[in-house]
Order: sequence, then C-alpha cells, then structure tokens
Amino acid sequence: MRWRLPASRTLVLALPFIWLGLFFLAPFLIVVKIALSEAALGIPPYAPIVRRTDQGALALVLNLGNFTLLAEDSFYLDAYLRSVRVAGISALICLLIGYPMAYAIARAPERRRNLLLLLVILPFWTSFLLRIMAWIGLLADNGVINNLLLALGLVAQPVRLLYTDAALYLGIVYCYLPFMVLPLYATLVKLDPLLLEAASDLGARPWRAFLAVTLPLSLPGILAGTMLVFIPAVGEFVIPELLGGPDAQLIGRVLWTEFFTNRDWPMASALAVVLLLLVVLPIAWFQHLQGRATGRG
Amino acid sequence: MSGRLGRVWIALGVGYAFLYIPIALLVVLSFNDSRLVTIWTGFSLRWYVALWNNDALVNAAWLSIRIAAVAASGATVLGMAAGFALARFGAFRGRGLFGAMVAAPLVMPEVITGLSLLLLFVALAEAVGWPGERGITTVTIAHTTFATAYVAVVVQSRLADFDRSLEEAALDLGARPWRVFALITLPLIAPALASGWLLAFTLSLDDLVIASFTSGPGASTLPMVVFSALKLGLTPELFALATVIIVVVSLGLLLALRLGQVASARAGG
Repeated sequence: MRWRLPASRTLVLALPFIWLGLFFLAPFLIVVKIALSEAALGIPPYAPIVRRTDQGALALVLNLGNFTLLAEDSFYLDAYLRSVRVAGISALICLLIGYPMAYAIARAPERRRNLLLLLVILPFWTSFLLRIMAWIGLLADNGVINNLLLALGLVAQPVRLLYTDAALYLGIVYCYLPFMVLPLYATLVKLDPLLLEAASDLGARPWRAFLAVTLPLSLPGILAGTMLVFIPAVGEFVIPELLGGPDAQLIGRVLWTEFFTNRDWPMASALAVVLLLLVVLPIAWFQHLQGRATGRG
Repeated sequence: MSGRLGRVWIALGVGYAFLYIPIALLVVLSFNDSRLVTIWTGFSLRWYVALWNNDALVNAAWLSIRIAAVAASGATVLGMAAGFALARFGAFRGRGLFGAMVAAPLVMPEVITGLSLLLLFVALAEAVGWPGERGITTVTIAHTTFATAYVAVVVQSRLADFDRSLEEAALDLGARPWRVFALITLPLIAPALASGWLLAFTLSLDDLVIASFTSGPGASTLPMVVFSALKLGLTPELFALATVIIVVVSLGLLLALRLGQVASARAGG
C-alpha cells in the first residue's frame, strides 16, 4: 500500500502498541514473576525474587513451590479438572440448544433474520449480574419455581435447586448461549440450499442429508462456538459463586479466594499462569485445525 | 421436509423462551409490592421510588457510566489505530506480537486480566509512586485496555470488507494520507466506530471481576455494589434496576436496528 510516510505510520502504530505493551503485556510478565516468588507478610504481600545476600551480592531467588503445590495438592488439581469438565459440558449443552436455533434463523425469510438474531443478542447487552439474579429468583428455596411446586401440592418441602451443579450449568448455558448461536448462524446462512436439494434428489432422507451435508459443512461454526463458550466458562467466577454450591470450586473462584480472602498473591499468580495454559492450548489446537482446513482447501 | 423444519421452529421457540423467561420474571417482579421479592402480593411502583432514593446504587451507577464513557472513548481511539494498522499496514516488524496483543484480551479470562493489572499498578506504585491510590483512574485504564481489543476487531473487519480503490484514487489524485484518512476512510468506518464504542461502553458497564481487582476503597462500580448486595440476598430495588436497564437496552437496540434498516434501504440494499 501507499501509506509510505514512515512517520505517520509509526505514530498510528505507536499509540496502541505502547498502551497494550504497558497495560497488557507487562502485567503478564509481572504475574509470572510473582508466581515465582514467596508469599510474605507485608504490603505488597510477596518477597522480591532479586535480593541482596549477606555478602551484598545480588541473588535471584526463584521459588517453584507454588507450582509444585498446584501439582501436588488435590484441591487445586480437582478445581482444574472440574473447570474443564463444567466448561466442556456447558459448551456441549449450548451446542445442542443453539444448533437448532441457528439453523431455524438461517432458514428464516431474509427480512426476518436480523430481528431474530437481535433477539438472541439482546440479553447479552443487558446486565450479566442481573440476569444471574433472575435465576436466583427462580431457583431459590423461596423462589418462583418452589412457590409454584408448593402451591400445586407437588412437593411438601422446597426442593433444593439453587447452589447445585444443575444451577451452575443453567447459569453458564444461559449466559453463553448467544456466543454459540452467532458463529453457527454465520456458517449455516452461507450454506447453499442447492446442496440439500441435490442430496434429496439423490434419494437421501432429511436426516441423512443433514448428517452428510449440513453437519460437516457447519463444522467451523461448531468449533468456533464451542471455543467461544468454553474459554470464558473455564475461568468463570461469578456464576459458580452466585449459583453453584460450596463445592463448585472452579479455578476462577479458587483464584479469587486465594487473592482476596487468603491474600496469597504468589499462589493466585501461579493459578493464573496455569489457567492461561487451559485457554491457550485449545486455541492453539483450533488454529492448527483451521490451518489444516485452509491448507487442504 | 416441512415436518422437520416445523420441529426446528419449535426448538427456536423453546430457545427464546429459555432466554426470555428469566428476563420477563425480572420485569414482572419489579412491580411486586412485597419486600419478599418472589412472593406476589400486588402491583406497586414503590421499588422504583426506592431505587431512585437508594444513594449507594444511584451513585455507583453514575460512577460506572462515567468510567464506561471515558473507557469506551479511549478504547475507540486505540482500537481504531490498532485495527487500521492491522488492516492496512501489511507486514511490518513486530506485527506478530502486535496482532497477538490486540487479540489476546478477547480470550483472556477476566480473573487473569484483573489480577495482572492490579499487580502492575502495585509494582508501578512502588517503582514510580504512581498510581498513589487505586480507584476510578485504574479501573478506567483497565477497562480501556480490554475494550480496545473489541473495537480493534470490529474496525479491522470493517476495513477488510470495503473497497480500497477509493483510498487509492484519492492518493493518486495527490491527496496526502492524513487527508485521505479523514475524508474517505473515517466516514466509511464510522458505523464500525459507533458499534465499537457501544460495545466497549456495555462491556465496561457490565464488568465486575476486573473492576474488583483494580479498584480501591471509595470507588465501587455498579456491578460491585450489586454483587455485594446479591451475596446478602435479593432486594426488590435490584429488580427495578434490572427492568430499567432492560428497557433502555431494548430501546437502544431497536433504534439501532431501525437506523440500520434505513441506512441499508438508502444504500439500495
């Protein structure tokens, strides 16, 4: 291109480069540094990793204790496994609910599609916390569902719905469903209906045509949607805290407690470093798959 | 074939019911007279009056709106520059690192963003004495940073879509790059900037986790106040607040849809 003037280019680039370097990249390196230091009493509550020895020399003291504790203490390991399981199952439920929705919107008359999509996105623009609150109102012991069940005489005692795993999954699926529907819609709407006609002309029953044509072609949307649900869900703090039971110790919640309640900043940082791996690995895998797909095509 | 589509439409209806029943519940219960939110006793507007008189909630709401407005504006400027660089500068040194820094906040768990920024602010305070106290400024910086990524993505995809020949024609006619940007590129990406700003504003207004890490005493944003109230139990004022937010957002989105339809009708599409 002709944006030849190096000075103006540099200026445009410098502003976001410096900002993100200072407020995104640098904080990250600090997290890694503090994850390698020891907890200490004081403000801030961690020991410097570069210290003066008695002889006055500078010494680099790296402490891997936080990471070995993460690997050895089953509490942390369980929290990681539970986070992956909850995020994975939630993504699967979102897929099962979101696929038919995206399919129906993609097959709707063109002038209706924008409105139908808007209806999927609208909840996302309203307050996240207050939508969680609606579920508390529905599921609580004195909540709407229990009141209804009691009034109908179906139960004698309120059923425990809030602070259960079911409530946790409901909350996550409810909040992240739009993230599944949008990418699915984007791939399904591009699908050529002639392909399905061809399949049925060749005698394929609708289900077979779906499995042989639609499903494989919508695979990129399925992958993207699954990632968009899995990634935020795996580090989620608010939903397990407000809807999950005391044993719904997902990694985001553990990190929060470690930081705010136990004031163990190095441990919280070590948790953050390992949580980041949980996010980076599926993204790398996704890009690998995409690279293979474009390489083939 | 039609039978299968029929079933798909039922699935869509069930999906919408799942999305909207909780929202309808928030609206209906906000008009409930009873202090026990979930037990209906009669129609009343008293909780809207109570919300208006609840200083903690109203002050936190204003604080959040101010932070969101500043953060969204900052993120729009930074995101525009970043999106423009990624879409138009081709290969430049450090592009890989830059692209990663722009995209990474989109997938970063909030707890990590919050923790890392707080640790930066603490380290900076030790090293250079700034920020002396965490509060409005630090939350605004944090929100600007993560919202920049969203604006950059919106701007970049808009720039990738449109025809470069207009820009090239202007350059061939001897216009200087800055003039080309102001007269041609900027008007073309204006819709993307507007939706980027709104997205950034909403994300900032809605954020609990990053604000909790980066804020200090005396600067509690609306989500922070709502969260600590929710830990204690449901209060009817919060349902009134939810209804106000739902009404404002719905009107705004319908207006945006309408404007979009008018714009595309005018463009002949």
